[in-house]
Amino acid sequence: MSEPIVDVRGLSFGYGTAPVLTDVSCSIAAGERLAIVGPNGAGKSTLIKCLVRLVAGFKGEILVQGQPLDSYSQRALARVLSYVPQADGRMFSFTVRDFVAMGRYPHLSAFTARRAHDEAAIDRALSRAGLDALASRPMDQLSGGERQRLFIAAAIAQEAAVLLLDEPTTFLDPRHQQEVEGVLANLHDECNVTLVSVTHDLNRALRHADRVLALRGGRVHYLGAPAGLLEAGRLEALFGRTFALSTHPDGGPMILPD
Amino acid sequence: MNLSKRESVILLGLLVGGFLIVLVAPFVGMQAISIEHVLDGAKFPVDYDIFWHVRVPRVLLAWLAGAALALAGMTFQSLFRNPLATPFTLGIASGASLGAAIAIRLGWTVLWLGVSGVSIAAFVGALASVLLVFGLTRLRRGFSSGTLLLAGVAVGFFFSSVILFVQYISSFSESYRIIRWLMGGLEVVGMDAPLSLLPFLVVGAGIIFYLTRELNLLATGEDMAASRGVDVKLTRQLLFFATSLLVGGVVALCGPIGFVGMMCPHICRLLVGPNHRVLAVATALFGGLFLTICDTFARTVIAPAEIPVGVITALLGGPFFLWLLVRVRSV
Repeated sequence: MSEPIVDVRGLSFGYGTAPVLTDVSCSIAAGERLAIVGPNGAGKSTLIKCLVRLVAGFKGEILVQGQPLDSYSQRALARVLSYVPQADGRMFSFTVRDFVAMGRYPHLSAFTARRAHDEAAIDRALSRAGLDALASRPMDQLSGGERQRLFIAAAIAQEAAVLLLDEPTTFLDPRHQQEVEGVLANLHDECNVTLVSVTHDLNRALRHADRVLALRGGRVHYLGAPAGLLEAGRLEALFGRTFALSTHPDGGPMILPD
Repeated sequence: MNLSKRESVILLGLLVGGFLIVLVAPFVGMQAISIEHVLDGAKFPVDYDIFWHVRVPRVLLAWLAGAALALAGMTFQSLFRNPLATPFTLGIASGASLGAAIAIRLGWTVLWLGVSGVSIAAFVGALASVLLVFGLTRLRRGFSSGTLLLAGVAVGFFFSSVILFVQYISSFSESYRIIRWLMGGLEVVGMDAPLSLLPFLVVGAGIIFYLTRELNLLATGEDMAASRGVDVKLTRQLLFFATSLLVGGVVALCGPIGFVGMMCPHICRLLVGPNHRVLAVATALFGGLFLTICDTFARTVIAPAEIPVGVITALLGGPFFLWLLVRVRSV
């Protein structure tokens, strides 16, 4: 197996004295799609925040492309890892294109203007996210689904090898969920981008991930193929309730809604 | 920097407008002065002195102070992602005022490397308040900017009461100087004042202009900025240092002049949009123009008496603040 693009070894982290993550280890291969699932408060978002250094003071080791996280400047790290946070509702009147253009930040120095290849990267990102027609629209006039695609577009413009997504489809209606899924699937298939997504949508994890990392109480509950999550009562133990399972028309397993 | 036609026209308009007001304003006053009096000091020594030693330095100081306050306001609004965050609402001007009051009380009025002791003390006061506000934001997670503004008001009240105490233990003449200074004003004689503000403005504005790309990203959120590669901690520290220089420098010389830092960035956002690469330039130019106009108005409207310029800016700023409050709450 080739060297993992991200290697988390024995990661522990807490806010104050309350532990959030305890001894979490997980290797992520280049081009892999990893879904991180688990109940609220299990440490899913905190795990990816540790990877992009949005929280400090963790114990353990994180290697990015084989190098310790500490050896990266924030700018150099942003050229490898790109993070799409949960939308916090506050929006600004930057135009869609201006916001996507901010994704080029790690590739520019303070006094260099964007060059032709930067503009091309911005155009590609807008196009991949299906936002070409909205390029000059102020971002505070976008719908929820368009906004999520905008955040992803800015991360695409960053041209990082790994995209870390925090609940990218949680607040979207089914049509917009499908649109966002489509953007991510194309990105993975055509650019071999590694996708690490925190999600509460278990069916999404089962259908679109290569592997699933289930966290419970800040510890690794399960790490492996999606179907394995449904075996040996793991899912029930993870959430403390029972689930009804069925088979999707395409043949894969499916968790039924109540 | 690629500017749209609209941005170019507005920036050029603000630049030319600022230039014209700085050129014209010294001729305006209780007594109008003609060009020939200004050029011939031997023949018209009184007018010559009023023009070159009183009015020109005052107009220049007004422009520099307006630019500095407006830039500081813009930076706070973006850092805290709150349109009501300004040097005054965050209690930073009060901190600078306290520093200056203590310096006056202790007689630190000598010049150090061309900068007066009062200016340095005001700067230290501004920096201490910034650190206090900054510390509050770091005290616990999820400290909302609304809570922060309330904390700023509390910090402002606290410093104001300490200023009162300093005044109470001061001599009559020191106390008068503190009171006069707290009223805010741009009455200066000679070029010392504008020249001593210049290094504060050059360094403070220089840092802000250097970090406009980072300000754009910080305005969209700290997490977003960090994940795009911004060193958030260092950037915030540099910006807090720059705003302390700007606010400390202005408050030391001119006393507290409110609302410039709140109104100007907002009006400029409406004019040129949120991109700090353009917004910072527009805000500095607009702030300078705005305060120069306010001061010219302050010293002419009820001549020979003068209205402190802080009164004019507050008369305009109070209703603007309320309008903004209603507008923000309704979003």
